[in-house]
Amino acid sequence: MKTLLQVDGLKVHFPIKRGVLGRTVGYVYAVDDVSFTLRQGETLGLVGESGCGKTTTGLGVLRLIPTTSGRILYNGQDITRLKAQELRRLRREMQIVFQDPYSSLNPRMTVNQILADPLDTFGLYRGRERSERIAFLLEKVGLSPEHGRRYPHEFSGGQRQRIGIARALALDPKIVIGDEPVSALDVSIQAQIINLLLDLQREFGLSYILIAHDLAVVEYICDRVAVMYLGKIVEMGTYEQIYNDPKHPYTEALLSAVPVPNPKATRHRILLQGDVPSPIHPPAGCHFHPRCPKRLDICDKERPPLKTLAGDHQVRCFLHS
Amino acid sequence: MQHSAHLLDIQHLKTHFATFEGVARAVDDVSFHLDRGEVLGVVGESGCGKSVTAQSIMRLIPEPPGKIVGGHIWFDGMDLTTLDPAAMRRIRGDRIAMIFQEPMTSLNPVYTIGDQIAEMFELHRGMKRREAWQQAVAMLEKVQIPAPHKRAGEYPHQLSGGMRQRAMIAMALACDPEILIADEPTTALDVTVQAQILDLMLQLKEDFQTAVMMITHDLGVIAEVAQRVVVMYAGKVVEQAPTLALFEDPKHPYTRGLLRSIPKLGERSRQGRRHLEEIPGMVPGLLELPPGCRFEPRCSHATAVCREREPELLDLGSNRLVRCHLYGS
Repeated sequence: MKTLLQVDGLKVHFPIKRGVLGRTVGYVYAVDDVSFTLRQGETLGLVGESGCGKTTTGLGVLRLIPTTSGRILYNGQDITRLKAQELRRLRREMQIVFQDPYSSLNPRMTVNQILADPLDTFGLYRGRERSERIAFLLEKVGLSPEHGRRYPHEFSGGQRQRIGIARALALDPKIVIGDEPVSALDVSIQAQIINLLLDLQREFGLSYILIAHDLAVVEYICDRVAVMYLGKIVEMGTYEQIYNDPKHPYTEALLSAVPVPNPKATRHRILLQGDVPSPIHPPAGCHFHPRCPKRLDICDKERPPLKTLAGDHQVRCFLHS
Repeated sequence: MQHSAHLLDIQHLKTHFATFEGVARAVDDVSFHLDRGEVLGVVGESGCGKSVTAQSIMRLIPEPPGKIVGGHIWFDGMDLTTLDPAAMRRIRGDRIAMIFQEPMTSLNPVYTIGDQIAEMFELHRGMKRREAWQQAVAMLEKVQIPAPHKRAGEYPHQLSGGMRQRAMIAMALACDPEILIADEPTTALDVTVQAQILDLMLQLKEDFQTAVMMITHDLGVIAEVAQRVVVMYAGKVVEQAPTLALFEDPKHPYTRGLLRSIPKLGERSRQGRRHLEEIPGMVPGLLELPPGCRFEPRCSHATAVCREREPELLDLGSNRLVRCHLYGS
């Protein structure tokens, strides 16, 4: 499979400004040296708890926020230095679906207008082709052309997420980033949207980056999974590697903490102490060491390197180096 | 006066809301009970009436537009639906306590958490300030907040989400209540913190012998903590069963659909991808409820009788109840 996207050493640091002069007094190390690839037709999951940098990674890749350093190669071209005009062309190739279907659609626009907006921006599908295109998009996401004349408030959460997906597909993108696309939906609606995303991927050959905190949903959808903690990828591998054979103590703890809808499941739960530390002052050495049940002497002194194990399974932990 | 063998006995509760478009029957003839020392799970999706049921028990329904229009909530020989406000105030927080989903919005931002917990002891136990503060610090210690003396003097915004929820639990358990109602207590938390909080709640339940009503949309949480489950849909109880029985042999088509529609952790990596069954359509609006069974428009087993007549809550024996025509004679 062709590599569509290659991210090398991506860093996104946000300056913290204080005082009347707005002096920079520190940085939030939101994304700190993240590297991964996305192949054509593949789904990569970015998982982790709040503040781990998964959403910032997504926004950085889309260049919706400025990146501090690192390279993002799309089809071999570094897009971190693109000028506004060149960036516009890139927008057709990469789209995003947001978590909250209530705040990501303009309440003053009809669905037709919402779907026409990206087409207008790029001058595509003019005249009669326009309404055909919109009808096609609506049908693909399981809505009907009559829905086009309505406003977002007339739809349920699940239907709104369908509209958000139709808008993301309007420009025939190659990559769609889903930022928690199903987590705001009711349980009985989630399955509808998950199945829709998988169907659309098959039909249009899309590549997905799925940002989510629900580990069961990520396992179900993704081919490969990257586990993030405090701005870094601590483990990355195929879904089988991550879920059947997790190597990093954080991944193990994360998986063991998920409540399983099976009262007979007997599992060994690894209870982590404390909360995720602040990304402003990440702990020295391995960022996870203060909460790690398998800590070694070296862990609070040196940063573990990302080590590649058999089968391209990567882990950032001294237990495996 | 009627007495019930149960700690809390909700009988035919109806809580309705007046809106411009009509009456929303948010809780419509709901009956279930809670026994001493048990954890009862109440599960359902948004709009099913699970939170309104909890607010009805606590008499926290904003009135107007809401109103308890029928039924009884029996607690220690008293009907909470008709209790006068002063008597209700003595029960609320003292004998029946509640914790909410978002601790940031349910804690007062301008008082320290020590103050807020101490207030419980001053109000309900008539303690003096100094003693109440010491008790508050002791409660923070019980919910395993590190450095409780220091934390008691901090404001809610200085605590992390998990710490805030611990503080909420400390406040709820301060007066050693007989019933703790937890409304999505871990939904806003990260999964590793959720595990800590659930663990803490179960442990405290043992220590304090509190009955817990756990309201959640997460079937995983239910499976881990509840002994018995009430499934709600569009203002009605559709199924009630011991937890193990519910997950092994769900009776109502809605419960079955729910269990088949969620991806389960570890399933795909061990057995391959199973097709996720969808429940078509969506939850009906409370103003446009179908005339018969409320699940009928989305149900694959629906027949003519389901469209015409609402099913009764049927007793299947072995502590199982189901509201579905499939099980009628």
